[in-house]
Amino acid sequence: MNKLINFFGNIGFAVRSRLYRLGAGTRLFFLTLIYSADSFKRIHLTIREVYFTGVLSLVIIVVSAFFVGMVLGLQGYYTLEKYGSSEAIGVLVALALVRELGPVVTALLFAGRAGTAITAEIGLMKATEQLSAMEMMAVSPVARIIAPRFWAGMISMPILATIFSMVGILGGYFIAVLVIGVDEGAFWSQMQANVDFSNDIVDGAIKSVVFGFACTIIALFEGFDAPPTAEGVSRATTRTVVISSLAVLGLDFILTSFMFV
Amino acid sequence: MERAKIDIWVGILVALGIAAFFALATKVGNLTSNDIRETYTVLAHFENIGGLKPRAPIKGAGVVVGRVKSIVFNTEAYHAVVELDIDKRYVFPKDTFANIYTSGLLGEQYIGLEAGGDENNLAEGDLITYTQDAVVLEKLISQFLYSKASEEE
Amino acid sequence: MTDNLISIENVSFGYGKTLLHKDINMQFSRGKVSAIMGGSGCGKTTILRLIGGQLQPNSGKVVVDGDVVHEQDRNGLYHLRRKMGMLFQHGALFTDLSVYENVAFPMREHTDLPENIIRDLVLLKLNAVGLRGAQDKMPAELSGGMARRVALARAVALDPDIIMYDEPFAGLDPISMAVICDLIRSLNDALGATSIIVTHDVAETFSFADYIYFLADGTVAAEGSPKQLMASKLPFVKQFIHSEKDGPVPFHADAPNYRTDLRL
Repeated sequence: MNKLINFFGNIGFAVRSRLYRLGAGTRLFFLTLIYSADSFKRIHLTIREVYFTGVLSLVIIVVSAFFVGMVLGLQGYYTLEKYGSSEAIGVLVALALVRELGPVVTALLFAGRAGTAITAEIGLMKATEQLSAMEMMAVSPVARIIAPRFWAGMISMPILATIFSMVGILGGYFIAVLVIGVDEGAFWSQMQANVDFSNDIVDGAIKSVVFGFACTIIALFEGFDAPPTAEGVSRATTRTVVISSLAVLGLDFILTSFMFV
Repeated sequence: MERAKIDIWVGILVALGIAAFFALATKVGNLTSNDIRETYTVLAHFENIGGLKPRAPIKGAGVVVGRVKSIVFNTEAYHAVVELDIDKRYVFPKDTFANIYTSGLLGEQYIGLEAGGDENNLAEGDLITYTQDAVVLEKLISQFLYSKASEEE
Repeated sequence: MTDNLISIENVSFGYGKTLLHKDINMQFSRGKVSAIMGGSGCGKTTILRLIGGQLQPNSGKVVVDGDVVHEQDRNGLYHLRRKMGMLFQHGALFTDLSVYENVAFPMREHTDLPENIIRDLVLLKLNAVGLRGAQDKMPAELSGGMARRVALARAVALDPDIIMYDEPFAGLDPISMAVICDLIRSLNDALGATSIIVTHDVAETFSFADYIYFLADGTVAAEGSPKQLMASKLPFVKQFIHSEKDGPVPFHADAPNYRTDLRL
C-alpha cells in the first residue's frame, strides 16, 4: 500500500517540478525580453555570442549537411530508380532538406553543440559566484549574460539552418549528378519546378526560428537554474540536450501539421 | 585584436547565411526573375477548373508568361472566375483561347493561352471570352462508355 | 557618538522552516573594520547577503545609510549596491575577461568615463593591491591569493562606502594572508570606508579589526573589541579564541549511545 502511495507521490512531484520549471523558464524568457535593451545598444555583446554559438558551429553544420545530403541522394536514387523516376532525385533531396531536415537536424546539432556550451558556461558562472558578484555590482546578470546569448541564438539558428539546407543540396547534387550520373539539367529544373518559395523555403525558415527560440531558451534556463555544484552543472547540460531535442521534434510535428498538411 | 577577429567571423557567418538563402530562393525554389517583373491582370471564366491552383503557371506556346493570381467561385453565374497575372512583356489578342492543360500525364495543371487573330490586344481587367475547361477523368470515362453504348445500338 | 552606517534590527531569517538567525541585532559603525565570526554554517555569509539585498529577512529590517534594504525597488537597490563592494570567497573573477577587464568592469558598466581615464583608474587600483604587472593575465593563470587581490581591486573600483569580505583568508599561505590583512586595513582607512569581514580566522582578524561579533545558534553570542573579547569569560568565546577542541560547541555530533551503535 505504501508503495502505491509513494508511486503517486512521485508522479505528483514529477508533474509539479516540470510545471515549476516551465513557469520559471517562462519567467526567465520575459525577464530576458525586458532586459534586452543592452543586447542591442551594446551590440558587441551580442556579436560576441553569435561568434560562439554560430561561427563555432559552422564546421559541424557544414560537414553534417554534406553527409546528410549525400545519404539522401544515395538512398533516394535507389528507391526512385525502381519506379523509373530517378530524375526526381533533386526534388526529393531539396524538399526533404528545406522542409524538414534542414531546420530539425540543425536544431539538434545546435542544441548539442551550442546549447550545452551555453548551459555549462552559465552553470559554471553560477557555481563560481560570478553571477552573484555581478548582482552585487548592480549589474543585472540577465541583461549582461542571458539576453545577449538569447538573441545570438535567435540569429544564429536560422542562418545555420539555411546553410545546412544549401550544403545538403550540394551534397545531394554531388552524389546524384557527379557520382551516379543523373542528368544535371533534370536535377535542377525538376527541383525548381517543385520547390515553392513561399510554401517550402519560407516555412522551413519559420521552423528554424521557432527551433532556435526553443533550444536557446532551454539552454539558458538550465544553466541559470543549475545547482551550483559540479554534478549539478553536468546534469543540467544533459537536460539541455534531452529537453531541446524533444521540444524540437515535438514542435516540428506541430508546425508540419499546420504548414504542410 | 580579439574583437576584430570576432566581428570578421560573424560577418562571414551572416554573409554565408544570406548567400545560402538567396541560392535557395533562386536556384532551388521558383522565385525566378519572372515573378519580379510587372504584370497585368485579365479574367477568365471556367465551368470546371479541375486541379488548377493559385500560382499555377500560364503558358503561351509552352513558355511561362505569367501566373494564376486567384480563383474564386461566382455565386450568381455558378462558374469559376480566375484572375491571370500576365507579364507585361507579352501581349495577347482579344480573341485568345485560355485552356486548362495538365503537364505530363498526371502532373499539375496550368493554363495554356492560344493567340487568335484579333488586332486589338487584351488590356488590364479584360475578360478572356474563349475558355476550355479542365478535362475531368470521370466525364471522359462516362463519355467513352456512352459512345460505346450508342455504337452497339 | 559613532554613526552607524549599517544596522541590523531584530532580523530573523531562515531558508524554509528552520531559522538561521533569530531576532539578531548588529551595528556597524562608519569608518570601522568589523568582523563577523562563528562556526561553519552559522549564517555569517548570509548576513552579507542580507545587507546587499540578495536575500530578504523574514522579519525585522536591515538599514543601510538610512534606507531599509528590502523595501527598495530596482532603482533603489541599484543605488544601494553602487555604494558597496564585495569580495567573494574565491574571488569570483569573470573568467572570460582579463585582469584589467575585470577591474574595469564596474567602471565601464556604471560610468561614462573615457577609456584613458578608466585605464588610469584600473592601474591605480591594481597598484594598490600590488598586481599592476598582472593586468593582461587571465583569471585562470592566477594563484588563489593573486585572484583574491584582483577581486579586491575590482571591489574597490568605484571607491565604495561599504566593503564586504567573505572569508578573505580561507586557503591562503601566510604571506598572502599578511598581504590581505594589510590591504583590508589600509584600504578601509584610505577610502574612509566601512568594512565587514566574515571569517573564522582568529589571529589575523584580532590583529586589525575594530569590533567583532560572534554568531552561534542564530544569535549574537558575544560582541566587543578584540581586547574585550580576549578577556571574556564566556565559555563559547574562550573555546573559539583558544582553539579548543571541545566546549560549548561539542566535538561529537548528536549520535545514539556508542555501545548500542557497536551492537555490544
